[in-house]
Amino acid sequence: MADVVERLKELWGKYDELEGKFKDEMDPIYQEPYYPDAAEKLYNPDKPMQNRVTDIGPPYYWQFLPPVVKKNYGQWKSHEIIQPGVIKRVAESGDVIYVVRCGTPRLETTDYIREICEIADKYCDGYVRWTTRNNVEFIVDSEEKLKALLEDLKNRKHPGGSYKFPIGGTGAGVSNIVHTQGWIHCHTPAIDASGVVKSIMDELFEYFGSHKLPAKTRLALACCLNMCGAVHCSDIAIVGIHRKPPMVEDERLQHVCEIPLVIAACPLGAIKPATVEIDGQKKKTVRVNASRCMFCGNCYTMCPAMPIADGEGDGIAIVVGGKVSNRISAPKFSRVVIPYIPNEPPRWPTTVKWIKKILETYAEHANKYERVGDWIERIGWEKFFELTEIPFTEKSIDDYRLAYTTYRTTTHFKFTKHVDEVKIEV
Amino acid sequence: MSEVKKHDTPMVDELKKGPWPSFVDDIYTYGEKHKKQACFDIMGQLELSYKHKETHWKHGGIVGVFGYGGGVIGRYSDQQDKFPAIWAFHTLRVHHTAGKWYHTSALRKLCEMWDHRGSGLVNFHGSTGDLVLIGTTTEQLEPTFFDLTHQLHWDLGGSGSNLRSPACCMGKSLCEWCLYDVQDLDYELTMHFQDELHRPAFPYKFKFKFSGCPLDCVAAIARADLSFIGIWRDEIQIDQEAVRAYVNGELKPNAGAFSDRDWGPFDIQKEVIERCPGKCMYWDEKEQKLYINNEDCVKCMHCIAVMPEALKPGKDRGVCLLIGAKAPILEGAQLSTVLVPFWRPEPPYDDIKEFIYKIWDFWMENGKNRERIGELIQRIGLNRFLTEVVGIKPIPQHVRVPRDNPYIFWKEEEVPGGWQRDIKEFRKRHPA
Repeated sequence: MADVVERLKELWGKYDELEGKFKDEMDPIYQEPYYPDAAEKLYNPDKPMQNRVTDIGPPYYWQFLPPVVKKNYGQWKSHEIIQPGVIKRVAESGDVIYVVRCGTPRLETTDYIREICEIADKYCDGYVRWTTRNNVEFIVDSEEKLKALLEDLKNRKHPGGSYKFPIGGTGAGVSNIVHTQGWIHCHTPAIDASGVVKSIMDELFEYFGSHKLPAKTRLALACCLNMCGAVHCSDIAIVGIHRKPPMVEDERLQHVCEIPLVIAACPLGAIKPATVEIDGQKKKTVRVNASRCMFCGNCYTMCPAMPIADGEGDGIAIVVGGKVSNRISAPKFSRVVIPYIPNEPPRWPTTVKWIKKILETYAEHANKYERVGDWIERIGWEKFFELTEIPFTEKSIDDYRLAYTTYRTTTHFKFTKHVDEVKIEV
Repeated sequence: MSEVKKHDTPMVDELKKGPWPSFVDDIYTYGEKHKKQACFDIMGQLELSYKHKETHWKHGGIVGVFGYGGGVIGRYSDQQDKFPAIWAFHTLRVHHTAGKWYHTSALRKLCEMWDHRGSGLVNFHGSTGDLVLIGTTTEQLEPTFFDLTHQLHWDLGGSGSNLRSPACCMGKSLCEWCLYDVQDLDYELTMHFQDELHRPAFPYKFKFKFSGCPLDCVAAIARADLSFIGIWRDEIQIDQEAVRAYVNGELKPNAGAFSDRDWGPFDIQKEVIERCPGKCMYWDEKEQKLYINNEDCVKCMHCIAVMPEALKPGKDRGVCLLIGAKAPILEGAQLSTVLVPFWRPEPPYDDIKEFIYKIWDFWMENGKNRERIGELIQRIGLNRFLTEVVGIKPIPQHVRVPRDNPYIFWKEEEVPGGWQRDIKEFRKRHPA
């Protein structure tokens, strides 16, 4: 074992010499076997600083670029999506590569990653990359390899019949859903993530592997208002919301929470300090003005003694029309169109139904190149609600900060069926 | 290895069906093969969550590796009796590479390490960008960190009130539109700010994201406190022959992105000229020639994306730096706003690093607990932030429209004679 420690130190020497910037060759550490008990030899709990390596950052990306990418780095000339999920890229040098994009569930096991490695070893000399939307990309340098790779990918399935590596995610289609942890691993979610995403993508599967929409359509899911990921600027997004104010555990609160921080955490100032008597003992705690609570859950993030999640209260809000790209129109926020749908595990049918309805209404009515938000701005929100048959309620009228900027300050509007729903009672 | 205890998970099992890759099938297959109780327990707990419609993870948990304040997220099950193998199920964020490129030799070793040290569950990738290793015990945290650093030469990413792991698009490695070296800038800043990344000293999180062009594939403008978006300032490069090839239907518009629907023959007038937000393009039918008034171009990328063989961004390229994006918590969502309209990044980017320190110094001094930089700027005003904090001359590009109210906070030194006035002298002129 001493040899292993020596060996690792020797390899560290190489890393150190180059300050980790392996360019022409890959860090030899990756050719070295994994030693399952090396860490126990290196780490001494009594002397935690001994052998500790810190602040080295991620591996230098350059060493993981395929040779053809290194050669043509910054010298790409053009690209063409030759079929959904397959991008042909041509370099100034004349080199050609084919990038095959596959959806992944994002939540996966090391065996799934190993299977990706097996594919990358077989067709791509071991190089592989992921996109910002949890798709994996395999890069091959000939049409023969491309053909073989596509055939191979199509035939890889899980025991239940789902594809392991569905090909798509390019062009005017639905790409993979950026999402969060949900019930599988998060402590503040209002909804699950992976299960909802699976249910939606099963239903929208044909749009992942095709180019039949008016423009690219970006879906996202956040399991609470913290919104890890750009949910607030997506074409169609799902957000987990709470609808009951937090409970206050008086006997526990002062032991587990910083009361001033909890009070400051409330964006609406709905939390104030309080003292209660429990079994003759005075306890510092807080009180929540429920009528001012907007159920953001920020207090629970700060204080474990204020649980807010509730099986009956929690659910899904659907927001639409946002984007991040500057193409044609400026980036914009998504807007709440369905304020609440109950959690319906395991398949969330109501949520799936509405998402599909919105997507297909958009597909039917939008012009070429129009993102969901651009389409809605052209036709007007009243028309959007009419076409999608989503009931418009007072919940879609903003009453938070800058709400006034969303009110209609013009007589420019369309006479959809909504107009006749206004009845004046005197 | 002892036999694993399986749980009945009828609802979760429903998610094995359908064409989209099933995480349930993957986790169960892996659990069976490796006899990992944690896989069965996490599916069991998910089933319970499906029944209760509530999470069964306890609030937080302060765990970490020695000397770091981030990179590890503590997680404990509130069903310890039912699911003992996931009683402690902490997450490690492992810093992804710039552009998310890997070699299988590194990935296989990472997998082997994680089979040994943890549950075998991962995210490729987390929302911020990190590789996420999901599920291990407190005792395994230091050995995992030692394995990462000694056997993989790989560090943890950020979590908590620190610099989060920066992220970029695929950049020059694959994309012809990338206008500055996003991967290099990402890597250089990541390495330079390792201390800020591992040791939380900020009021709240801080994110850098680097997109090579205004299409912003990494969603920098929506997510990053500092958004670096590639931009050019000179003329779009035109290959008139290729433009004609699009017009004549010889090339596929938008590189084939609309291939599965019949949108009719390509119409340059309708699809490009009329969609241009700068209204700066003209197609001369007679001459068969495209004209662009580049002064009015707003660099939206549409024409380039529609006719990639014919049009390319200009040659004078740089980065537009924007500041302040965030999700709704606390004060509502914000997009980043223009800070430095054009900057030519030059390695080793010392000027950018110094500029970032300037912003952080102010934020650390003045930011309230859990106040993002964008919220602080809202609180003090963009005008003050520009003139008094970063020392940038305010220009029209900083705003969408000028203010509509004249409630201006004039400073005393800006007004002739100052604010000290004599009421007696005033009354001499204006008897009460």
